[in-house]
Amino acid sequence: MLQDLSAQWTTFWAQNCTGFCNDMLMPLFWIVLHILTTVGVLLGAVAYLTYAERKVLAAMQRRQGPMTVGPLGLLQPIADGIKLLSKETIFPYQANKFIFILAPMITFGLALIAWVVIPVDQGLAISNMNVGLLYLFAISSMGVYGVIMAGWASNSRYAFLGGLRSASQMVSYEVSMGLVIVTVLLCVGSLNLTEIVMADRPWWMVIMLFPMLIVFLVSILAETNRAPFDLPEGESELSGGYMVEYSAFAFALFFLGEYANMILMSAMTTILFLGGWKVPFGLEFLSFVPGFIWFALKVCSVLFFFIWARASFPRYRYDQLMRLGWKIFLPLTLFWVVFVAGVLIYTQTLPFMAENMEKF
Amino acid sequence: MIEITPSIIEALAFYVFAVVLVVAAIGVITARNQVYSVLFLILAFFNSSGLFILLGAEFVAMIMVIVYVGAVAVLFLFVVMMIDIDFKTLREGAMRYAPLGLVMAIILMTELFLLFKASFGSEPFENHDPLVEQMTNTQALGSVIYTEYIFAFQISGFILLLAMIGAITLTQRTRSGVRKQNIEKQVATSQDDAMSIRKVEVGKGIE
Repeated sequence: MLQDLSAQWTTFWAQNCTGFCNDMLMPLFWIVLHILTTVGVLLGAVAYLTYAERKVLAAMQRRQGPMTVGPLGLLQPIADGIKLLSKETIFPYQANKFIFILAPMITFGLALIAWVVIPVDQGLAISNMNVGLLYLFAISSMGVYGVIMAGWASNSRYAFLGGLRSASQMVSYEVSMGLVIVTVLLCVGSLNLTEIVMADRPWWMVIMLFPMLIVFLVSILAETNRAPFDLPEGESELSGGYMVEYSAFAFALFFLGEYANMILMSAMTTILFLGGWKVPFGLEFLSFVPGFIWFALKVCSVLFFFIWARASFPRYRYDQLMRLGWKIFLPLTLFWVVFVAGVLIYTQTLPFMAENMEKF
Repeated sequence: MIEITPSIIEALAFYVFAVVLVVAAIGVITARNQVYSVLFLILAFFNSSGLFILLGAEFVAMIMVIVYVGAVAVLFLFVVMMIDIDFKTLREGAMRYAPLGLVMAIILMTELFLLFKASFGSEPFENHDPLVEQMTNTQALGSVIYTEYIFAFQISGFILLLAMIGAITLTQRTRSGVRKQNIEKQVATSQDDAMSIRKVEVGKGIE
């Protein structure tokens, strides 16, 4: 009976579903596998980024850092995770429960879905879309919603102030980030992340883009609400800012989202300025090392910069932060866009210039 | 047996986006809580950008998300959260402006209807120029915006600039007696401006 059924099923499958299976299900399976791997690696990276942050901060302040849980304290992130998950989720009185829960989900979800377009190696991206860079920029500009919704839904003054601060801060620094991206685009001539990495960059172009790398590094600190621009959290005056009412798993999601965002921004810097998965400084004898290792190393070095900045600088005052964004970075990057465009046209190195020569 | 083909999935995606878009748009005008209204508006923007992606206009879709969701709606939300709008007083005067609103709605509906009637049943416009087909969306847009449509583009830019200048002049006010920081001056101070070292003799003090 059972064999009969299975035989029937096999013939039915062979007749009706193989085409469907080969055309649709197998790619779907691979995509799902790819997504799960990416998310898994990312979550592991986030866990050990918190560990690395505590160790590096400790080293800079002549302390030991986490050292008791497991060898060298290596199990500390897992212990922290278990602790957070086993706590009680507290809803503040009169908080808007739906949005209160939605906010950390948005923060975490956005930090994950941006990874769809990141190429960690040649051809190793889930989606190699034409407008990958714009997609990244769009996702990172939506990150503000998690914070502002959390601030509003918590029904608390501290949280609300944190949300408002974060909203204006992120909108301000996105302007200069966008202009920095435009200068890179001018040099590369494509919005596709793989093509941005593969594009040829002569030494003078690298020098020309270097000031933009500095602006971008400072902007991503502000965009991810990290020290010295962590005013939305501002422990000293807002006692935790938009996260003040969150506990347990909701807080964990915010925490994971913030660190995943840091990794994402580092990956963006790596792709735009540091050459992605390519061997650094053109050292060809090192090319036996697989590309994704170089990518990971470059991302780690930018992440180290995040922690380094946190250990080195005191927190900015809010008006100073706004002044830096609007009065210094915006004019500088705007001028640099015009300057780079001028240099590229003058030296006739603008991408696609050869094909469209009659227009110039 | 329904065969699942990419076109069916595309149609399914279209209906999902379209239905959510319409529901969200209705939500914008019916929600009692203003913050919910803005959140519905964001959902609507998002789904319309999904529709653009289905049309193959990925550049427009991304710009839609960056500009409307990432910047405009953030400021909406900002304002709505900051200002405590009293809807009772707002509603009192609403009936006075109802005829004007009705006229505008009728004009808009007529225009939309005419547009719909003109394009309904006609083949969708497709440009099969080999030069265009090789290009990505962004290149194709860039190659016409700054050449053929330069005047329309610049004029819309100027209108936006005017609106920006107008908004700034309307809201800017100079108050007297406000002590402001001069950061250049602060940075340029040296030790000599701030303090001086004096030798004080024992028992004499300093004036």
